[in-house]
Amino acid sequence: MTATTWLTLAGLGAFHGLNPAMGWLFAVARGLQERSRRVLLASLPPIALGHLVSVGVVAALVTATRSVAASTAVAVAGGVLLVGFGLWRLLSRRHFRWAGMRLSNAQLAGWSFLMSSAHGAGLMLLPVLLAEPVVGGGHAGHLAAAGALPGQAAAGALPGLAAAGVHTVAMFGVALAAAVVVYEVLGVGVLRRAWFNVDRLWAGVLVAAGVVTLVAAT
Amino acid sequence: MTRWTPDPSFYPSPREAAQAPAEKLAYVAAFDRAAERPDALAVLDTDPDSPEYGRVVGWTDLPHTGDELHHFGWNACSSALCPTAPHPHVERRYLIVPGLRSSRVHVYDTKPDPRAPKLVKVIEPGELAERAGYSRPHTVHCGPDGIYLSALGGAGDADGPGGIAILDHTTFDVRGAWEADRGPQHLAYDFWWHLNHDVLVTSEWGTPSMIEDGIVGELLLGRRYGHAIHFWDLARRRHVQRVDLGDAYQMPLELRPAHDPTQTYGFVGVVISVEDLSASIWLWHRDGEHRDGEAWAVTKVIDIPAEPADAADLPDLLKPFGAVPPLVTDIDLSVDDRFLYVSCWGTGELRQYDVSDPFHPVLTGSVRLGGIVRRTPHPGFPDEPLAGGPQMVEISRDGRRVYVSNSLYGSWDDQFYPDGVGAWLAKLDVDTEAGGLTPDARFFPRREEFRGLRVHQTRLQGGDASSDSYCFP
Repeated sequence: MTATTWLTLAGLGAFHGLNPAMGWLFAVARGLQERSRRVLLASLPPIALGHLVSVGVVAALVTATRSVAASTAVAVAGGVLLVGFGLWRLLSRRHFRWAGMRLSNAQLAGWSFLMSSAHGAGLMLLPVLLAEPVVGGGHAGHLAAAGALPGQAAAGALPGLAAAGVHTVAMFGVALAAAVVVYEVLGVGVLRRAWFNVDRLWAGVLVAAGVVTLVAAT
Repeated sequence: MTRWTPDPSFYPSPREAAQAPAEKLAYVAAFDRAAERPDALAVLDTDPDSPEYGRVVGWTDLPHTGDELHHFGWNACSSALCPTAPHPHVERRYLIVPGLRSSRVHVYDTKPDPRAPKLVKVIEPGELAERAGYSRPHTVHCGPDGIYLSALGGAGDADGPGGIAILDHTTFDVRGAWEADRGPQHLAYDFWWHLNHDVLVTSEWGTPSMIEDGIVGELLLGRRYGHAIHFWDLARRRHVQRVDLGDAYQMPLELRPAHDPTQTYGFVGVVISVEDLSASIWLWHRDGEHRDGEAWAVTKVIDIPAEPADAADLPDLLKPFGAVPPLVTDIDLSVDDRFLYVSCWGTGELRQYDVSDPFHPVLTGSVRLGGIVRRTPHPGFPDEPLAGGPQMVEISRDGRRVYVSNSLYGSWDDQFYPDGVGAWLAKLDVDTEAGGLTPDARFFPRREEFRGLRVHQTRLQGGDASSDSYCFP
């Protein structure tokens, strides 16, 4: 992958990390509730882990599929999925529902996984992943033995996992910074002024990413 | 459509909410006891700089008659900022207005013209009954994941159990009953929560047959009205613990948990003790004797005695007792959790307690208005004896203004004030430093101002002390 690709992945990670709904705000709330910065800091790794799993599953599926299937078909399907999901996020009046504030670390990771998945965090990485040349130059049609397919797919998943990893490191870093700054310096009152409607922007980014993917594929 | 920045009336913490600007308007539920004319939402001007200050400046009739408006609430509030499922860009604009007698739930939009709320939806009793199994909807709270609506009765011919229904945040469709496991709970009335602790609390009044035709003496003396409060797991929707106040303490009604989300205490008012007609306030708190800290206990922290009276001055219901019960029918806790206001609807008194130490309340203020025997006039209008007493009490977010209306519940009004309860709504100014209450002579809408209807709950524009809950301390 090129430097631009890594930077883009990290940039999207930063965008996800900055979204209060993706977890840093929950970490702040837990810290304030227990009057403990330690609780705040301890809350972020499970949140990042949940995000990593959510994004990793999508990214690995995409790169693995591409390594064994015609990339145009994957790109078109991915683009259509993105546009559709983005529009649904933009227009739907439903929102993520969750009751319960007192969570174990495992539940917190689960919460983060569901939150990231419901927001389509992994899908947002699609155009970046689909723009990459296929690893190993493999063309499914040229494979002599069908038995080689699973191995090739597994190898093909690795770049996706690496992408999710880089993305999540950036997400974690920005979420950590946002949480600490709000907890230590700004106070939660800043939410009233600075909580820009990320969800709407987010949905717009999803649609745009889908369109870019579709255009690039054709 | 959602907003780009959070609704300015949402506050992350009670501390910030207490800095909120003063309300310009108040919404009041008004009902026709005769059920001949529609009930209405009356809109009061609460801006002291306005020429119409203290007057009814808006009036919206309901589409039907006989609803008996009672309590109501906002579609969204500060809990929208709670971090598990935040949706800070929805608007606080719809009033969810249940008819306690009709079981119809109305949704009014206050945005197009705040002085003329516009009906946008009616949830018919059938929908509430079919989807949730409930009737007689009462308390509305804007939860982090939906609108919670308590109900006193069951569906169809079922008198109970009452419980809580969940409405969708945006479509206002009835999603279903909230309870996954109600345990021994049967009677319902009010509810609220400790959001950050995943705790919901409910109280008990009576089933529809026990209340709709008036208070039933045999049931009261037989100690059959509610006398317990229930603790629930808010996340798992399961009953956790029933705490009995003792069957002499009939009707624990309004629940006022601390607004500070790190705290786990709250107050509940008990209408009457059948042993001496006194009223009482109880504190719920974690039971210190349980090492795991998960069990709940109650402690009686305020006792208000009955006042002796000449039987000739009493309504039939009370003649045998020769005393006026205080009848604590509503209480309200200021957003900073410092002052608790207690309505004594029978004796005609509003009390203010400093509850900085919740186990040891200190009486800091008292205002007399109305009362079964005293009929104390408003100091600004000394020639007008008042019927009814301070009943529904609402506090501004900054804690400086308190609003009280005078009707309890149609059939019960008629029993305790048989010569007519009238209609009035008073505003009191609070000394937030030393404590103390002063009636505002410029703000006293009454009688004809309410067009012959009785007045019940007040909701303040932008939120008030009993509308919002917070997830950040």
